[in-house]
Amino acid sequence: MNNIYTIFKKELLSYIKSPMAYIVAASFFTVTGFFFIASVSDAFSEASIRGFLAGAVFFLIFLSPALTMRLIAEEQKLGTMELLMTSPLKEHEIVIGKFFASFAIVLFMLAGTFFYPIILFIFGVPDLGPIFTGYLGLILYSCSTLSIGIFASSLSSNQLVSLVVGSGILTLLTFIDFVSERVSGVLGTILNEMQLGGSFSVFDTSSFGIAEKGHFADFARGIVSIYDIVFYISISIIFLLSTILILETRRWK
Amino acid sequence: MIKISNMSKYYGDYPAVLDVSFSIEKGETVGLLGPNGAGKSTTMKVMTGYTPPTNGKVSVGGYDIVDKSFEARKQIGYLPENVPLYLDMTVKEYLHFMASIRGMKKGISKRADEVIDITGLETYRDVIIGKLSKGYRQRTGIAQSIIHKPKILIMDEPTIGIDPVQVVETRKLIQSLGGEHTLILSSHILPEVTTICKRVLVIHDGKIVADDTPNNLSKRLQSTQVCEVSITENNDVNFIKLLRGESYVVDVRSKFDNNSEYKDYIIETSSNDGAEEKIAKLIVDNGIGLHKLNSLPLTLEEIFLQLTSE
Repeated sequence: MNNIYTIFKKELLSYIKSPMAYIVAASFFTVTGFFFIASVSDAFSEASIRGFLAGAVFFLIFLSPALTMRLIAEEQKLGTMELLMTSPLKEHEIVIGKFFASFAIVLFMLAGTFFYPIILFIFGVPDLGPIFTGYLGLILYSCSTLSIGIFASSLSSNQLVSLVVGSGILTLLTFIDFVSERVSGVLGTILNEMQLGGSFSVFDTSSFGIAEKGHFADFARGIVSIYDIVFYISISIIFLLSTILILETRRWK
Repeated sequence: MIKISNMSKYYGDYPAVLDVSFSIEKGETVGLLGPNGAGKSTTMKVMTGYTPPTNGKVSVGGYDIVDKSFEARKQIGYLPENVPLYLDMTVKEYLHFMASIRGMKKGISKRADEVIDITGLETYRDVIIGKLSKGYRQRTGIAQSIIHKPKILIMDEPTIGIDPVQVVETRKLIQSLGGEHTLILSSHILPEVTTICKRVLVIHDGKIVADDTPNNLSKRLQSTQVCEVSITENNDVNFIKLLRGESYVVDVRSKFDNNSEYKDYIIETSSNDGAEEKIAKLIVDNGIGLHKLNSLPLTLEEIFLQLTSE
């Protein structure tokens, strides 16, 4: 526990000092703000944060790997991984500490978007339920995108490779319904269940909803389903475990 | 403190270290000496628990490096090759971080200050490591290796890549650490090993070819004497053949240097009782012009070459 905290603290400090976290946060606010305004600026718009959610779910495909690409790749490049691996630290402590540091940054970013619902409350009568579940969904969704980002970071010592691989995996998992719709049987179902966030309706300006499919859909509608929560947590655990496994096997090479 | 028995390490099919056995007692200062790629770094990576051995047993401070890896790693302070540092941290932050991941809980600040004093980093305490010169980065690396007061200190090529003045200072620093720690350092630079270490392990092609004190190593090979001659060739006489005919000559090599009007030869003789005189006489008697003759003391470099070229 102590070791996880040490790694967490070190990574958080590193985020605060490096420009990356600020750039990610700034573009997150810009893009989600853009989607939010677009979704509520019609005469008869619904007072909801669905536009913001759509923008956030979509943009995190790129921002999560941008936040996490450094985490393991840089340790490999600098050679500091050798220091960590020869210290009395366990691989999972390293990975979990790093994961929580990136998660903390995303939480800060989400906290910074609270003024969207506040605006809604000033100018309209929004439904509190979907706002609450929307944020809950985003928190869980970002857990899985960050885990995939960390996994990508462990594959290479080149940060750019990590970024490309990470957002590649996330893009595939987001748009997987394009394929799963055309595949029948069990495989089709499995592929369909793998869909991470919403897909194309992000670009549907008339509704500005999250896609009807994908594990984020219910959260956006104000429904909390244990099934979706378990899905996001499982994805996070699977990718974090894979990362730990990669670090362990690298030792035996 | 460290016991390695029949240890081998393969990278794929390639054996980096092959069936190596040695043990190091408490308080010893040992130098691992060998050319690049001999297996020094690999041996250290196995000793520090970074990578497990393919075969054999390695125990550090009484703990097996594979089965009791955690306990073993706690005994060790390690400075890897190329000194890995977090470039965005200050010296102090880095030392605090390293102390806590090495399992220190109390007194980190006090110990960090002590280590900063020992390594002479006082003025750079709050400077970001990325802005430090190579020599001071090296010191920071050394500082992190001793911060948790390890019983065993392992340093991989600790003076590589820094300027001569700082090399001397760094060596002094390492030498002063030798007293309180069991110190193992690797190097391909001989004077470094001879000044710091009381015992030398020569590694070549993944095997240990010699294990002795620096003095004994040179004594062992002192039975041969080397001298260098510079002559103007007499076309009637084959100089190399002539020398090889003498009983006390072990080997003759010519140093090719076509630009010079003199020809240089390196002559190895079996004993040092007047071999130079005999050679000089031989040269003059055969009508060869003797320009220069001097006997070369056998340096550790040559011992090293002899040991590793067999």
